[in-house]
Amino acid sequence: MDFFDILVSILGSTIRLSVPLVFTALAGLFSERAGVFDIGLEGKMLAAAFSAACVAYITASPWLGLVAGIGVSVAFSLLHGFASITNRGNQIVSGVAINFVVAGLTIVLGQAWFGQGGRTPQLLPQGRFSPIILPGVEALRGIPVIGPLYANVISGNNILTYMAFLAVPISWWILYRTRFGLRLRAVGENPGAVDTAGISVTWLRYRAVICAGILCGFSGTYLAVAQSAAFIKDMSAGKGYIALAALIFAKWKPVPVMFACLLFGFLDAFANFMQGKSVPLIGEVPVQIFQALPYVLTCILLAGFIGVANPPKAGGVPYTKER
Amino acid sequence: MNTASLPLPGWITFGLIPLINLVLAFFFSGLVVWFIGENPFDALALMLEGALGSGEGIGFTLYFATNFIFTGLSVAVAIHAGLFNIGSEGQAYVGGLGAALVALSLDHYVPWYVTMPFAILGAALFGAGWAFIPAFLQAKRGSHIVITTIMFNFIGAALMVYLLVNVLIVPGKMAPETRTFLEGGQLPKLDWLMALFGLKLGPAPFNVSFLVALVMCVVVWALIWRTKLGYEMRTLGVSPSAAVYAGIPYARTVIIAMLISGGLAGMMALNPVLGSSGRLQVEFVGGAGFVGIAVSLMGRNHPAGIILAAILFGILYQGGDWVSFEMPNITREMIVVIQGLVILFAGALEYMTRPALARLYYSMARKA
Repeated sequence: MDFFDILVSILGSTIRLSVPLVFTALAGLFSERAGVFDIGLEGKMLAAAFSAACVAYITASPWLGLVAGIGVSVAFSLLHGFASITNRGNQIVSGVAINFVVAGLTIVLGQAWFGQGGRTPQLLPQGRFSPIILPGVEALRGIPVIGPLYANVISGNNILTYMAFLAVPISWWILYRTRFGLRLRAVGENPGAVDTAGISVTWLRYRAVICAGILCGFSGTYLAVAQSAAFIKDMSAGKGYIALAALIFAKWKPVPVMFACLLFGFLDAFANFMQGKSVPLIGEVPVQIFQALPYVLTCILLAGFIGVANPPKAGGVPYTKER
Repeated sequence: MNTASLPLPGWITFGLIPLINLVLAFFFSGLVVWFIGENPFDALALMLEGALGSGEGIGFTLYFATNFIFTGLSVAVAIHAGLFNIGSEGQAYVGGLGAALVALSLDHYVPWYVTMPFAILGAALFGAGWAFIPAFLQAKRGSHIVITTIMFNFIGAALMVYLLVNVLIVPGKMAPETRTFLEGGQLPKLDWLMALFGLKLGPAPFNVSFLVALVMCVVVWALIWRTKLGYEMRTLGVSPSAAVYAGIPYARTVIIAMLISGGLAGMMALNPVLGSSGRLQVEFVGGAGFVGIAVSLMGRNHPAGIILAAILFGILYQGGDWVSFEMPNITREMIVVIQGLVILFAGALEYMTRPALARLYYSMARKA
């Protein structure tokens, strides 16, 4: 393979590995901009992956799988809301609890229902989201650079991939161009002011965590029904935390979120490519360096060495209405 | 009536409410068991039998409890200073490196009782070291400690896998682990302690680390409630602004609290690494750092409560193994579900029942 072919294949897998991160980081964006920290992204993603795989297997329809994934993920969002908004519990503890419950429950239920050690049965092709070949691939194939890039990076992905990258401008539009978005951002900075304006802080924050639940539903479904063809235990494998890191790395802004996710996706793809290969002069680069890099970069950012990351001011603080 | 600020007597706050939360967590766990078609009461009976029915079972239960006492104390110390240390898992993992390095370098020359103090020190130093950067970033640069400690769990895991696969591995072996320590690097079992109660330990790895854990409980109690540093930490935990106003140095107190927390997490490595397997292995912490969060929450951040909660989780871990063996429908991961539900009810939904209880208590008090 020459250099260009390698680049195309790495970029292609960058896109595929970024999709769950984009959905999940946007989920975190909605929740955290409204002042509700969400450590439970990982758990919601995993729950969605499991339920999507189960329903897609039973109904042989990936769309019903998606609906199930979103439904279950939203249910966990509401639980998070009930604990941290209604009962003013610690948001981080609630997120940790959700991650544990889901990590255990998916395996317990998976084993009880399917008896395959926590896996769900392999999905048939019609139960999955399959790659879409965009028009014009053949026409452009002959053109150097653009042709292969279009055929292997832009085209040939499944519908959820395109939805993920569509979700970025939509989230931007909702957050910065609608009344709901303005209020959502306000409630994350100064809930007292929002309350004074006669708007319910509780209801706004519930809507924000529901948005987060919907987006986590997409990311989980992508994992189990588009990227793989079954639920595998612990298949989210820390992606929820990487998405959280991407969200911070992007300083809680939608378009930078996409680029941060692409960067972390690229690191992942590059690590896969580099496995077992040696670099001239340096020798074999340990794959663990690439695995740790997103977290190291985020810590350096948090330390204030690459600009300043200011979290939403009211983040993590339950709102108590004066009586 | 706003019930949030009404005072309640101690037996409700520290006795009844935690008990109700625990019962709720177990009720929902029972529902899950029932949902997958097994009898929750049979499962409970099996669990208790497996965890407490024999000397070996009790030995395993206490072995697990030892891990959780260390990590529970680690989380609790940080919470007293108002810091949420989610990084106990990573600190324990890196602490294992410190303990293992000491054992690897001393086990040829000295007996275990000489190795042990150095191993404790090594584990604590490495654990504290791993907590230092997040602590420093929180204290000096205002980076949220929850986020940085999560990041450091992953960085620590990557580092340890790298070291075990590329550096510490025994040449020619496939398994990413160090060589097995000689006698001088292994902690003796506490079979004499079990024999006092007429029990046989069998192959259970219940070892001297348990006594170290108990000593640490006393040390932490004295530190938090009987020293100036502990007072400063608690003040910081209640109100950072008041603490700074009273002249308590914020950065120094945060960093010291996190170093102690990380050190305690690191010491947990003593139990599995020197006490049980006799070598450093990948993933040896196995989630004990996260169980520490549940243990600390349930134990109300008090060493006595932490011991009780750690034993409860020890019962869950050992009994859970037994249940999954006897009831193949229930996998070992049921423990993780119960653990999550305990964190949910004892932590996040801690005050869910409080308004109702306050109303009940005050209406009863008025009648009486």
